[in-house]
Amino acid sequence: MTIGLGHYLSVAAILFTLGIFGIFLNRKNIIVILMSIELILLAVNINLVAFSAFLGDIVGQVYALIVLTVAAAEAAIGLAILVAYFRNRGSIAVEDVNLMKG
Amino acid sequence: MILTAIFFYVFAGACIASAIMVVTARNPVHSVLFLILAFVNAAGLFVLLGAEFLAMILIVVYVGAVAVLFLFVVMMLDVDFAELRRGFLNYLPIGGVVGAVLLAELLFIVGAWVIQPGVPKAITAPIPTTEGMSNTLALGLVLYTRYVYFFEAAGVILLIAMIGAIVLTLQHKPDARRQVISDQLARRRSSAIDVVKVKSGQGLP
Repeated sequence: MTIGLGHYLSVAAILFTLGIFGIFLNRKNIIVILMSIELILLAVNINLVAFSAFLGDIVGQVYALIVLTVAAAEAAIGLAILVAYFRNRGSIAVEDVNLMKG
Repeated sequence: MILTAIFFYVFAGACIASAIMVVTARNPVHSVLFLILAFVNAAGLFVLLGAEFLAMILIVVYVGAVAVLFLFVVMMLDVDFAELRRGFLNYLPIGGVVGAVLLAELLFIVGAWVIQPGVPKAITAPIPTTEGMSNTLALGLVLYTRYVYFFEAAGVILLIAMIGAIVLTLQHKPDARRQVISDQLARRRSSAIDVVKVKSGQGLP
């Protein structure tokens, strides 16, 4: 009953799939789409840390730190764009975001 | 060993269950709270893997900053979430098919792969196994020396994100009355009051 690398990779795979599934399921709601992207990045981080721990190389954790940084920056910018868009349009529905389509 | 397995299954199960709730919850506030739960359980998985520093950073950064940011936005914007959920079930089949195919592929990969034999010899920065060397110390020894440029790039990314978020959300109201401190300090008695001698019996013009 030892927990190996495959267990962690399976958890990460399931989380990644749930993130993709969430993007499909909540196609109208940008907030939940952003949360699904956070789930996907979390799955990537679990992968990196699992490989780092089982191969004995700490560089994976350094890289996971960078991914964490980028995820935080992405959430901040995404939510700022969302707030600016809501001020202009009064709605956050995805299908309204085609003003520049010409 | 059995305890590790029990904790792994508890953390993994809770993480996956809360991830399911994130994408299917009716109320986005509940989604954010389940996202927090998912991140806390992922931090538990990190602790099991021996990455304590990343686990604590995950809790501080995500639960402390990102999730609170999400909560602020969800509660600040007055959005009709029921309207956004219309057509929710229309996307269920295609999303389910894509998700099932992706999950099957990923699990096949997980079940079938092996590490190339040369990989353990090519490790660039091995995790120190000596006693008294914590994960934080080991990570810092690598992060501040060999990967210092990555570290600074991360800082620059955060700075750009901060400036971008401020620029995007700052509102300039031209008719707003603001305090001008230099004007207040430059105020003298001559500019503030006007002494008028009024003759008795007459009012001011």
